[in-house]
Amino acid sequence: MKNVFISSDNIITSLGFTTEENITKIKNNKTGIYNIEDKELSPSAFHASLINTDELNSKFNSINSSNNFTRFEKLSILSIKDALSKTTVDIKNKKTLFILSTTKGNIDLLEEKNKMIFGENRLYLSNTAKLIHEYFGSPNQPVVISNACISGVLAIIIGSRLIRSGQFENVVITGTDIVSKFVVSGFISFQSLSSGPCRPFDVSRDGLSLGEGCGTIILTSNKNYLSRQTEVIVGGGFSSNDANHISGPSRTGEGLLLAINKTIEDTESDYSKNIDYISAHGTATPYNDEMESVAITRAGLNEVPVNSFKGYWGHTLGAAGIIESIDGIYSLRNDFLFKTAGFSEIGVTNKINVIDKHEERQINNCLKIASGFGGCNAGVIFHKL
Amino acid sequence: MSEQLIISNYCKIADNTVSLNGKLIFKCDIEKKFPEFIKEAYKNFQINYPKFFKMDSLSKLGFLTAEMIIKKENPVGNFKNEDVSIIITNSSSSLDTDIEYSKTINDADNYFPSPSVFVYTLPNIMIGEICIKNKINGENTFFISEKFDIDFLYKYVSNIFETNKTQCCIFGRVELMGEKYESVLYLVKKAKDCINTNESVIFEPENIKKLYIS
Amino acid sequence: MEELILKLKSEIIEALNLEEMSVDDIDSEAPLFIEGLGLDSIDALELTVLLEKKYALKIQTADEGKKILYSVKSMAEYISQNKK
Repeated sequence: MKNVFISSDNIITSLGFTTEENITKIKNNKTGIYNIEDKELSPSAFHASLINTDELNSKFNSINSSNNFTRFEKLSILSIKDALSKTTVDIKNKKTLFILSTTKGNIDLLEEKNKMIFGENRLYLSNTAKLIHEYFGSPNQPVVISNACISGVLAIIIGSRLIRSGQFENVVITGTDIVSKFVVSGFISFQSLSSGPCRPFDVSRDGLSLGEGCGTIILTSNKNYLSRQTEVIVGGGFSSNDANHISGPSRTGEGLLLAINKTIEDTESDYSKNIDYISAHGTATPYNDEMESVAITRAGLNEVPVNSFKGYWGHTLGAAGIIESIDGIYSLRNDFLFKTAGFSEIGVTNKINVIDKHEERQINNCLKIASGFGGCNAGVIFHKL
Repeated sequence: MSEQLIISNYCKIADNTVSLNGKLIFKCDIEKKFPEFIKEAYKNFQINYPKFFKMDSLSKLGFLTAEMIIKKENPVGNFKNEDVSIIITNSSSSLDTDIEYSKTINDADNYFPSPSVFVYTLPNIMIGEICIKNKINGENTFFISEKFDIDFLYKYVSNIFETNKTQCCIFGRVELMGEKYESVLYLVKKAKDCINTNESVIFEPENIKKLYIS
Repeated sequence: MEELILKLKSEIIEALNLEEMSVDDIDSEAPLFIEGLGLDSIDALELTVLLEKKYALKIQTADEGKKILYSVKSMAEYISQNKK
């Protein structure tokens, strides 16, 4: 089977504008989640990780002086540009496809003040994607995936399938979501937000913290586009549905278990039988983390080290699967596991092995999982060559 | 050489009509707005599923389109639940419901965000609704594109069959924005799993398009 | 009280889109969740919003919510005791 390599990547969160900046902050145990009091976003205070607007604008102005880009588009363009600068993969090549993963895109254009500046056209995700791909001169029609919180993981699965099937040689995948009044109010109405910075898998966890984020990962089957000492490839992947409830995670973990088992089945057995690290979804809502612990245990992976990155930069929705996969790939390349920020005492009934301190450890195979509204689940495996 | 795939059943809902495999099976007054039309269609087909009324318009449309096919041929039973997949696309995502939800938060003096509307501000909830009713557990993906990108999706769906990710796929486009709506869903499976192939159509871009515009 | 119960029932039907139900179908004392009307977690959240929107009452904790939202009767009692 054709190998799908990771050629380049970028992470933008409140912790920094490159993968390296983000990793350095995480290693130093920094969290970007703070108490936010901003009436434009919510009448009541809430905890979230927000990207500094002045910093975003000044970074963006250094590459483009136009004012006609939304927050969402600026983040996406900056992220793609940085990722492209670290690879020879050409986004203008006919063999390169652009995939955009997002749950809500430019949803802040529903607010009058933004609508007046940017209009309503870019509320349509295909128009947003088109604008970004035209910015970079990408020749192929972009693909947009919007599948709740599994969008990012799904985009990596689908991108790697499109390379394996020979349709494309390279795929540039960008996942972006911003924190808007729309999203904040919705999660408040669901009583899902945490009272402090979120605490994945912890006994005192009481909800998720939202986060703004953007990530780009560039996949390729062409070895000429690789330059690192240690290369990582994408293994198998699968998405599934709980068929249980549109918002509540399944208590049996059946759907996620199916996604994990099928992902393992879809991966060469040399890699899949030795999964030595799991990057969980770990939103820190009571039900999500409980469900994940059930599924991980039922898959027989309860002793495998597992972490969640949500305590560093919150739940970044459609970006989460991308930026957390990039962290997992870093862990593989550097034999380094990150601790779960906000975690101190296990608070799920199935005793999974949550990483509670940064640790150097040889690892070869990482399983990334995600679950979302609509009962959807997804898994993907990364392997170090 | 990959195995041949066929469309065993398909359903189209547009202009206040429901047709199954090209035959008109329900219509109502063209003057009626979508909420009335879809309710009449639901009642006409005697689908006893009270949760239907809780769905947003987009989910109602997708759910009813899928239900028409499934009433004719239920893939669960013939295939394992995990082998049935749902791949749906549209242009406006859940924007129609996004706008409805934003009305519950836009006025500071009347700020009561509605959780039951918010939950439908994701297009894939429709897939979740079809899965819940029919116990479908397989692959699910919601793609967004301006036009029905038949060539791309044909290749993608064929690929997940070839690589054994699925044995049966409910595939198509479900679009709803304001007063405009249109849906078409196809049941796709391997020719070898089809008993009576006479009425079936080969799964290929020309046929997908032909059935869509007919 | 009877009047409030009746009003509440029609508000519940509207807020939760219980399309095929009338006020007569709802037993005031029957549990709203799981048994009885078979409502789910999203319905519970929506009823919380209903109390806030129509009666300016805010449920403080999940435990309190469980008691208040047990039945139409318990909701009506809570409203009549706490309404400003």
